[in-house]
Amino acid sequence: MSFVQVLFVAVRALLRNPLRSFLTALGIVIGVGCVIAMTSIGSGARARVDETFSAMGSNMLIIHSGTSRRGGARGGAGTLPTLQWEDLEAIQNEVPAIASAAPLLTSAAQLMAEGQNWASSVRGTTPVYFEIRNWPIGRGRFFYDAEVDAGAKVIVLGQTVVDNLFGAFTDPIGQIVRVGRVPFEVVGVAAKKGQSAFGTDNDDVAFVPVTSYRSRIEGGLGQFLDGTIFASAVSAEATQEAQRQIEELLRARHRIRPGEPDDFVVRNLGDLAAAQQEGARTMTSLLAGIALVSLVVGGIGIMNIMLVSVTERTREIGLRMAVGARPRSILSQFLVESMVLSLIGGLLGVAAGLGSASWLVARFDWPMLLEPGIVALALGTSAVVGIAFGLYPAWKASRLDPIQALRYE
Amino acid sequence: MSAAPASSRAAAGTPLIDARDLEKIYSSGDVQVHALRGVSLSVAAGEMLAIKGSSGSGKSTLMNVLGCLDRPTRGRYWLAGEEIGCLGRDRLADIRNRLLGFVFQNFQLLPRTSARENVELPLLYAGVAAKARRQRAEAALARVGLADRAGHQPNQLSGGQQQRVAIARALVNDPKLIFADEPTGNLDSRTSAEILRLFEELGAAGITVLLVTHEREIAAVADRVIEMRDGEIIADRRRASRRSTREDA
Ligand SMILES: Nc1ncnc2c1ncn2[C@@H]1O[C@H](COP(=O)(O)OP(=O)(O)OP(=O)(O)O)[C@@H](O)[C@H]1O
Ligand SMILES: [Mg+2]
Repeated sequence: MSFVQVLFVAVRALLRNPLRSFLTALGIVIGVGCVIAMTSIGSGARARVDETFSAMGSNMLIIHSGTSRRGGARGGAGTLPTLQWEDLEAIQNEVPAIASAAPLLTSAAQLMAEGQNWASSVRGTTPVYFEIRNWPIGRGRFFYDAEVDAGAKVIVLGQTVVDNLFGAFTDPIGQIVRVGRVPFEVVGVAAKKGQSAFGTDNDDVAFVPVTSYRSRIEGGLGQFLDGTIFASAVSAEATQEAQRQIEELLRARHRIRPGEPDDFVVRNLGDLAAAQQEGARTMTSLLAGIALVSLVVGGIGIMNIMLVSVTERTREIGLRMAVGARPRSILSQFLVESMVLSLIGGLLGVAAGLGSASWLVARFDWPMLLEPGIVALALGTSAVVGIAFGLYPAWKASRLDPIQALRYE
Repeated sequence: MSAAPASSRAAAGTPLIDARDLEKIYSSGDVQVHALRGVSLSVAAGEMLAIKGSSGSGKSTLMNVLGCLDRPTRGRYWLAGEEIGCLGRDRLADIRNRLLGFVFQNFQLLPRTSARENVELPLLYAGVAAKARRQRAEAALARVGLADRAGHQPNQLSGGQQQRVAIARALVNDPKLIFADEPTGNLDSRTSAEILRLFEELGAAGITVLLVTHEREIAAVADRVIEMRDGEIIADRRRASRRSTREDA
């Protein structure tokens, strides 16, 4: 008997009891469906983490003041600034792996426009900050370097601030916003960035030139930089190297002796991204593991039904043997039957998995990524499950004695 | 299929069936049943042989052993010159497929499967291609008078029609030998007579037929009647007259 004939016989036998065949395959449908849905959503989640971090600037480094050693008492990170304005210049000019660096000074402030006011976060920085953060302008423009040098009273608002101060109908560009008592002219609105990876609103913010910030909003601490330095490495691969070079530079500048701890903190977003990635991957493999278990359960379901089927069809087997079926033909018939069952289950499962994944995507705005390798793996696994769990019932069928099988009640 | 010439049957030197001292002992637990107690039998090609005897006398057991469905506990058996005792399961399956046909009392048709597909079954295991299978199955069904019922499933056929399908299935691979164990046991007397006529035709066409029956009129069509009791053959009568009339025809 050729394989096609065996396949034909098996399919005919399955179609004689379509509902039962379908229910038997259902275990595999669910198993494979879970694998596909989980991994699609899982890799979607990884892709989103990637996206988030590259939106933040994947070659970005953040430098904070660390624990101060001054005065003997150790404060928390950044409690007393240890970074100096000259450090910023040195990082910009002396670190080969750094493309650019910008200060970021932050304070809470009450913003006022005509008739409205809004408590938000005001930040002093330089135009290069927006490049480092990969943050495009939405309307108008960012302030220029010349405006930074001149200490111009210009301000760039985040979308949330615009919404609260001006509503949907007023064009904010050219309007005056007071920070405390100081009037600033709105020159631009930063593009909407949405929630940060840490759940805060990226758009509830206003930017002014760092010089204006120091002279008009917070007096500052002279030579110390009471904030954060954002820097970008020349490439994503260079971030590690950039971090090392900055640490070396700052230790030298702060005269920290070997063995003593840093008085600053350099964070590398690449590491953070990798950690997030790792988390997402662990989650995916956990879910895939659960899904695989359900595949095995589906396989046991198939085995159960195949055993029932062998018992039920004992007379059929006896008759097939009486008219000349070899034991091997019987074995392959039942084996192919269970394989067809689980493969069809697998195919339906792929469809169900993709269906439910895309439903989740539509429902929860969650990214989905179909990995063809996983589909092949799921189908392969279901075929293997079919063979593995069909083997015993098929073997049992093929060992039947023709006359006893024919006489079976 | 045309009737084999009488001369070839007469010339066949070795018998088609040659069984010596067959014994079959069923043991279930510590109870042992001697279903066959030393049966020796020789059947020439082309014979039509009826086996009768009271219930439990071992007729079915003998048929199953001769039909290679079961193995004897003791004794030797040659079928078409080949000793069966030492053959493996695959070879026995091939012999059943190519040489033998079976007709059972309870028809043994596959449910929810059309008459044609039921008849095709032996051809499937003989590796015949789909188209040829279909043609031959239809020819076999025509031969038993069921050409117009090829698409019907067993539950859409009368008992007599089901048995005809089973006979078509036994015929389809041109067997040398057909075993029929009480083929009319589940049928009324008129249908039985029709089925019987079919077996007569097969016999006339040169197929060797072994028939188990209780009924007098069926035994009457046979060339040779064997009677069994308690696992032994107690009578073996030939009807030379019938046979010669058929050969003359
Ligand atoms: N599988 C079996 N296990 C145990 N004993 C069996 C088995 N098959 C048959 N027998 C016994 O063997 C003996 C012969 O049985 P067999 O079926 O050959 O009789 P039979 O002549 O065909 O009877 P009937 O005319 O009723 O069909 C009986 O005593 C029966 O009980
Ligand atoms: Mg019997």
